[in-house]
Amino acid sequence: MALMKNMSVSAVLLGLFAIVGTALVAYTYSATKDRIAANERAILLRTLHTLIPASEQDNDMAQDTVQVTSPQYLGSPKPMTVYRARKHGKPVAAVFTAIAPNGYGGPIKLLVAVRYDGTIAGVRVISDQETPGLGDAIESEKSDWIYSFTGKSLDNPGKKGWAVKRDGGQFDQFTGATISPRAVVKAVHNTLLYFKQHREELFGAKPTSDKTGGEHTNASEGPSDE
Amino acid sequence: MSDSGYRQIFNDGMWNNNVAFVQILGMCPLLAVSTTVVNGLGMGLATMATLVASNGLVSMIRQIVRPEIRIPVFVVIIASVVTVIELVMNAYFHQLYKILGIFIPLIVTNCSILGRAEAFASKNSIGRSLADGLFMGLGFTVALVLLGGLREVAGHGTLFTQIYLMFGHGADWLTTQVIPHYQGFLLAALPPGAFLGLGLLIALKNVIDQRLAERAAAHETTPPAAQPAA
Repeated sequence: MALMKNMSVSAVLLGLFAIVGTALVAYTYSATKDRIAANERAILLRTLHTLIPASEQDNDMAQDTVQVTSPQYLGSPKPMTVYRARKHGKPVAAVFTAIAPNGYGGPIKLLVAVRYDGTIAGVRVISDQETPGLGDAIESEKSDWIYSFTGKSLDNPGKKGWAVKRDGGQFDQFTGATISPRAVVKAVHNTLLYFKQHREELFGAKPTSDKTGGEHTNASEGPSDE
Repeated sequence: MSDSGYRQIFNDGMWNNNVAFVQILGMCPLLAVSTTVVNGLGMGLATMATLVASNGLVSMIRQIVRPEIRIPVFVVIIASVVTVIELVMNAYFHQLYKILGIFIPLIVTNCSILGRAEAFASKNSIGRSLADGLFMGLGFTVALVLLGGLREVAGHGTLFTQIYLMFGHGADWLTTQVIPHYQGFLLAALPPGAFLGLGLLIALKNVIDQRLAERAAAHETTPPAAQPAA
């Protein structure tokens, strides 16, 4: 009987600590989640503007979005957001959210900006879990590698060139890390293929409704991908 | 608590019982992120914050937790603390969080934190536990920065790359190319380099300890020998 009582007290005590710990985390989560989402959104907008400078477009890119689903080309079975840049109503570029599913540390989330003529305006990594000091050189903060995509298109360097040098292609790999750049090169190439097939419908489609669509889903997806 | 008690805590954390060099704890994050000085520093500081918070909390509740459930309770506390730190950093130090992103959840796997909770904080006052967390964390940070510096120079020929990510562009002058036109030394940049580097640092510490012990022994023997002569 004494043993039973002892065990119950311990169990209740342990349960209480679990509840307090969970409450603490839940409270912090709810206190910070708006700020975190705002941070993610601010970074997204800043990134969009480094890819397509504000001088080249005059629409609200964060609002002018469509959702497209293409597991084969965009790397995710979920609908992905495409931000559209226009000037005087004419299409300028499309910025894809794309996933490179086969990174070394899991999926790598990318922004791929494709101009209307099919050349790349720029690529950025939004989130990844590549090895610090090795594979994370795909991030623009860590090295200049990601800029090597700028100006490239499906014909330049051609199908064979769209690979890392070790695989006979045109893009550098890193010392000690081939998998991360290989995954990014493939994802960017796939995005270009998708753009080629769907260009007109992409720019023709009606924007997804403001709050429930593009921007918001993207922002709430962000933290869970970290 | 006496002053010398805190000095003892300082010496233990920084040198005599250093988490990385003596206890050989926290190897997973230590080996994984010690590729550069900046990575090491970021990880070290985040670990230090966790150690201080978890030591303080564990010490606070040490009277009410029964011995048989203390480990699960410590684990709950540490996991909660790390998650809270992660969320707060994401909200208020977003840039820093972006850089350390993957390192922060890794702190949970650092056994030195559970180790200090069990070995120190569960038996000591709050003040002493906080000091222990601070200096153990600082000792770990120093070890990470030293190992990071060693691997960065040997692996990439640079020092303090990306320092601006932590201290802004005002600190850019710290970034130096130590060895010009360096081809890179893959072994140092990869995980085996972390083991080798850590081994070298531990060896260095042991040599220093030995010298100190010899000098101390010499000090003790010489004065009595000198006195009769005088």
